[in-house]
Amino acid sequence: MSFNRRDFLKLTGLGAVSAVAARAAAAFPFFGGAPGAVKAETNAKTAKRWAMVVDLTKCKENCTDCIDACHTTHNVPDFGDDKRHEVKWIWKEPYKQSFPDQENEFLKDDLSERRVLVFCNHCQNPPCTRVCPTRATWKRPEDGIVMMDWHRCIGCRYCMAACPYGSRSFNWLDPRPHIKTITPDYPTRTRGVVEKCNFCDSRLAQGQMPACVEACKDRALIFGDLEAPDSPVRQILRERFSIRRKPELGTQPQVYYVV
Amino acid sequence: MHDGGKIMGGLAVFFALLLFPVWNNLAQGKADYRPNPQILPKGNCVESREYMLSSHMDLLNTWRDQVVRQDKRIYVSTLDGKEHLMSLSKTCLGCHTNKAEFCDQCHTYMNVAPYCWDCHVDPQANK
Ligand code: SF4
Ligand code: SF4
Ligand code: SF4
Repeated sequence: MSFNRRDFLKLTGLGAVSAVAARAAAAFPFFGGAPGAVKAETNAKTAKRWAMVVDLTKCKENCTDCIDACHTTHNVPDFGDDKRHEVKWIWKEPYKQSFPDQENEFLKDDLSERRVLVFCNHCQNPPCTRVCPTRATWKRPEDGIVMMDWHRCIGCRYCMAACPYGSRSFNWLDPRPHIKTITPDYPTRTRGVVEKCNFCDSRLAQGQMPACVEACKDRALIFGDLEAPDSPVRQILRERFSIRRKPELGTQPQVYYVV
Repeated sequence: MHDGGKIMGGLAVFFALLLFPVWNNLAQGKADYRPNPQILPKGNCVESREYMLSSHMDLLNTWRDQVVRQDKRIYVSTLDGKEHLMSLSKTCLGCHTNKAEFCDQCHTYMNVAPYCWDCHVDPQANK
């Protein structure tokens, strides 16, 4: 039995056909999936471009209501003083670290001395999503939220290296034992995945505002649609002077700070 | 050249040892053990019993991808057109409240270890 030219061509042809078939199967997302139809919830809050405004003139220095609300809602673990394993979605950072490009040596005391609320900026041009090899993090085209799919994250941490704001945390340890009270409605994460603020996508889907916005009694957090001229975020940006974090990098943050 | 007896004897011992788990279970009357998941009688599941038995994992894969990646959270059953929230801990565990008596029954028997519960919370286990 010899393997001639004819056999070789037949075999490679078969290979090519099966490669095409595999691609076709992959392009058909419900292949082998559930038989029923799916749809969005009717009371979901939607927007073309979600954005947040942090009003630093209203945000109280020592208040942590928004942080507590976010971290409880989303089962974010608390490692106390153990900074090496720290996981955070929203936290306070000294002004000079938050806005290193604001180069003025002397600033208003109430600014230079204070700590600023920071979280994922849901950048218009996010470097984090471009480097993710598994598309575990991606920018939703509908509303601009930079999402995380923890089922897919392989923990390579490329996204953490790419994010210029340190908005992402890695789970070095099993987070469960470090969550004081687990909120059963929301999943925890496992060791080896990256997490961050997701603009409360699952609350929006159920018609609720983000947990941090709801928790702030001083209304220092304003959330809305930048593409809607009458939205509360557009109104405040029209009336007040605002800055963004590291705008020179071209990431186009969607979190604005009124100072 | 006349070791037939030894060989057969050796083989008998070998197979007796190899099949120890089988005859041991038979002797103890456990050979007909079947997992017995507790299905609480609350009417229909989201799809037919047969479909859920064979393909609940496919359904859950679709649910996961639709909720996380497509922001679609409502599932319309082909059984009765009823709408269900695609949620493991709310919808599935809403009826099958006891994960240990339901999911784990067959999963343990079949020696499969799905990692859903590494992240998703079993409200019962967590009281
Ligand atoms: S702040 Fe960081 S994590 Fe968030 S979208 Fe921008 S680059 Fe990505
Ligand atoms: S750590 Fe996860 S989300 Fe980040 S780049 Fe790697 S796979 Fe993607
Ligand atoms: S928008 Fe939601 S996820 Fe983001 S910081 Fe606020 S509460 Fe946390």
